[in-house]
Amino acid sequence: MSVTPIRKPEEKSIDKAVQAMIRRAEELGIETVFHRYEKMQPQCGFGLLGLCCWFCIMGPCRIDPFGLGPSRGICGANADTMVARRVLFHIANGCAAHVEHGFHVFETLKEAVKHAREGKEFPYRITDEKKLREFAKKLGVPDAETRPVIEVSEEVVKRLEEDFNRTAEEPLTVLKAYSISSRRRVWERLGVVSRSMWREIVEAMHRIHVGVDADYRNLLLHGIRTALADCYAMLVATQLQDALFGTPKPVETYANLGVLKVDEVNIVVHGHNPLLSMKVAEMARSEEMLKFARSVGAMGINVVGVCCTGNEVLMRLGIPPAANFLQQEFVLATGAVEAAVADYQCVMPALSEIARCFHTKLITTMPATKIPGAIHIEWRPEKADEVAKEIIRTAVENFPRRVKERVFIPDVKSKVIAGFSVEAILSALGGTLTPLIDAIKRGDIRGVVGIVGCNNPKVPHDRGHVELAKELIANDVLVVGTGCWAIAAAKAGLMTIEAQALAGNKLRKVLEALKIPPCLHMGSCVDNSRILVLLNLVAEALGVDIPDLPVFGSAPEFMSSKAVSIGTWFVAQGVNVHLGVVPPVLGSEAVTKLLTEDLEKLIGARFVVEPDPKKAAEIMLEHIDRKRRALGLPT
Amino acid sequence: MEKCLGCLSCYFACAVEHSLTKNPYTAFREVPKPLPRTRVIPVQKYNVPMRCMHCEKPPCVDVCPTEALIKAPEGPVLLQEPLCIGCKGCILACPYGAISLDLARKIIVKCDLCADRIRKGLLPACVEACPTKALSYGKVEDVLLERRKAKAEEIIRGVTGFVSSSIIMYSTTSHG
Repeated sequence: MSVTPIRKPEEKSIDKAVQAMIRRAEELGIETVFHRYEKMQPQCGFGLLGLCCWFCIMGPCRIDPFGLGPSRGICGANADTMVARRVLFHIANGCAAHVEHGFHVFETLKEAVKHAREGKEFPYRITDEKKLREFAKKLGVPDAETRPVIEVSEEVVKRLEEDFNRTAEEPLTVLKAYSISSRRRVWERLGVVSRSMWREIVEAMHRIHVGVDADYRNLLLHGIRTALADCYAMLVATQLQDALFGTPKPVETYANLGVLKVDEVNIVVHGHNPLLSMKVAEMARSEEMLKFARSVGAMGINVVGVCCTGNEVLMRLGIPPAANFLQQEFVLATGAVEAAVADYQCVMPALSEIARCFHTKLITTMPATKIPGAIHIEWRPEKADEVAKEIIRTAVENFPRRVKERVFIPDVKSKVIAGFSVEAILSALGGTLTPLIDAIKRGDIRGVVGIVGCNNPKVPHDRGHVELAKELIANDVLVVGTGCWAIAAAKAGLMTIEAQALAGNKLRKVLEALKIPPCLHMGSCVDNSRILVLLNLVAEALGVDIPDLPVFGSAPEFMSSKAVSIGTWFVAQGVNVHLGVVPPVLGSEAVTKLLTEDLEKLIGARFVVEPDPKKAAEIMLEHIDRKRRALGLPT
Repeated sequence: MEKCLGCLSCYFACAVEHSLTKNPYTAFREVPKPLPRTRVIPVQKYNVPMRCMHCEKPPCVDVCPTEALIKAPEGPVLLQEPLCIGCKGCILACPYGAISLDLARKIIVKCDLCADRIRKGLLPACVEACPTKALSYGKVEDVLLERRKAKAEEIIRGVTGFVSSSIIMYSTTSHG
């Protein structure tokens, strides 16, 4: 296969490892996401503007933005309806991803509790009782701190089951437990309080069906309701993952492709759910598996992470993250990977083709995620240990088939300190939020920005993530974040003590006193719920609503429907959200205006689109200073 | 013709190329809106991309009273906008219906074969945008050569597949 070379790899990614691997892939005739993106240009203009609709079979329909062709679809939907339907579709799609993720964790915990009650063995158990009790207390379980943990767990399961299954017109219990009252009043006024996890998605799918909701405002309001269901599904996932696997504490390791090892069995865990990746990472350290690895001539077993399941095992076990979303193919293209194990979400089908170019085995594990060309070893909670063992055995047995001459691992890696759960941040602050609040009040911390989200080849890989973060910390803004941003920041060395030198004078003093990096790794993308918990705490401590805080959210390189949903719920929580990629909404002036202007009056926050990271930082700083002045804080 | 899916990517790209901002996110918001020079016309089961054929003896150039329309030496039929008086003579004369009227600017509007892009070594915007390669751009001789090659291959495949080898011998001797 011949591949048209990328003209300037340095324009495609700021990451030296990726730049080198683009050329390496071309040498080997391997096509990657960057090559496919070039082939796809120019992309359909109607699609970019959100002006095509295929939700019914009278279509596909297109509205002509240049005014010569149709101004309505066959059903009569105008540009506003078409664009709003698409936005709602993305939100429901993103919400579904997190609800199913949360549900799998819930289901596993429920089984673990049931087995514990019956005194039976089970691969999972509650390892962080403290976290479970705190969660239970928030959910209103009586005597959550004192009763036996099994009883408390059962109560938690019961309450969450209600949230998944509720048919009554009542709010989610988790929503009531983890939202501040001023926010809830706004949501009640707008009629957007979420009821059950599935129901909002079902209603969203109904509304975008032909001949249902045609009012763009009504469609988008339900978008907010669905996004809030997404928000609290993520929160359930985070809390239960902490209960099962432990609440993250700061850990130190390295990030980027250079973490792959030439003399060890390399196993990549990729996807989002820690249920299997944690098992694989733990099992790989067992004496039995190490012995097996040595028997085939390997020095050990090296588990590395890609995307958010990578963040999960990084935060809890210090497993090095090898790559974020746009880099996943290059991990395999090193030729040094024995097995790439995928659960779900953001796993490119392209991996299967690349695995075929080497000895690499691509292993899918979830019923909902199969890829032609991959081996499927299906995970179930009750047989998780055997599945993890089988995967590691498959990888180890594959080690002798590695062709040493074809191995190319770029020598690029950076140190990273990760693991900043809310609990870890509080502990760094000495157990209370007061030092953070005081620093914000004094202006030593000018504001806080959460940067999250994906990579997108529409903008240079990692550039928005890294430049924005650098600009903000240089201006005394503390940066926290998750997901593919967190991996980008780790690779750029922004999550180290040394990176304190990049911070503004005032912020640097605070960081030095607390011994923390200027950019805090708060976890995987479902762990955006940690940012919400922190926001709630700060708002309560200052006695104000979230829109009053000197904070901002950002998704500089967003790509997935999940990111659309997350962005929407951050706005609903009262945080302005910056997008570095133009979303497909410009075809409707009304929808664009609602999202970027009018939402502020309705809900206290709005979207801001700005592809240039420097300009985006200016917008954020101006907003932060305005909020500070309104609170009577020095600027 | 059978490759055209009717996606209108050529139409969209043409409008963007002939806009001020040349950006798909902003072009349609310009006042006046940029005008595409190409259309896709569905006929029976085919979609037919229609635009100026850049005739060798262009009737539009013949009828233009102000010499606003010219046949450029490199091939394209081009409009010198300041000279156009909007008389619509060319619109009547064009057998392909490829010239339309720009009411906002009171002049005619037609395909310029993306002369600016060609000078920079780029393909016309419609050709670049065509996802199925139904549109291609090149010198007539090159396009013909490609077509002849494809047909020749087809003949040989047909010959070797279905007809006895003696016919190949015959055809070789008659030409050689």
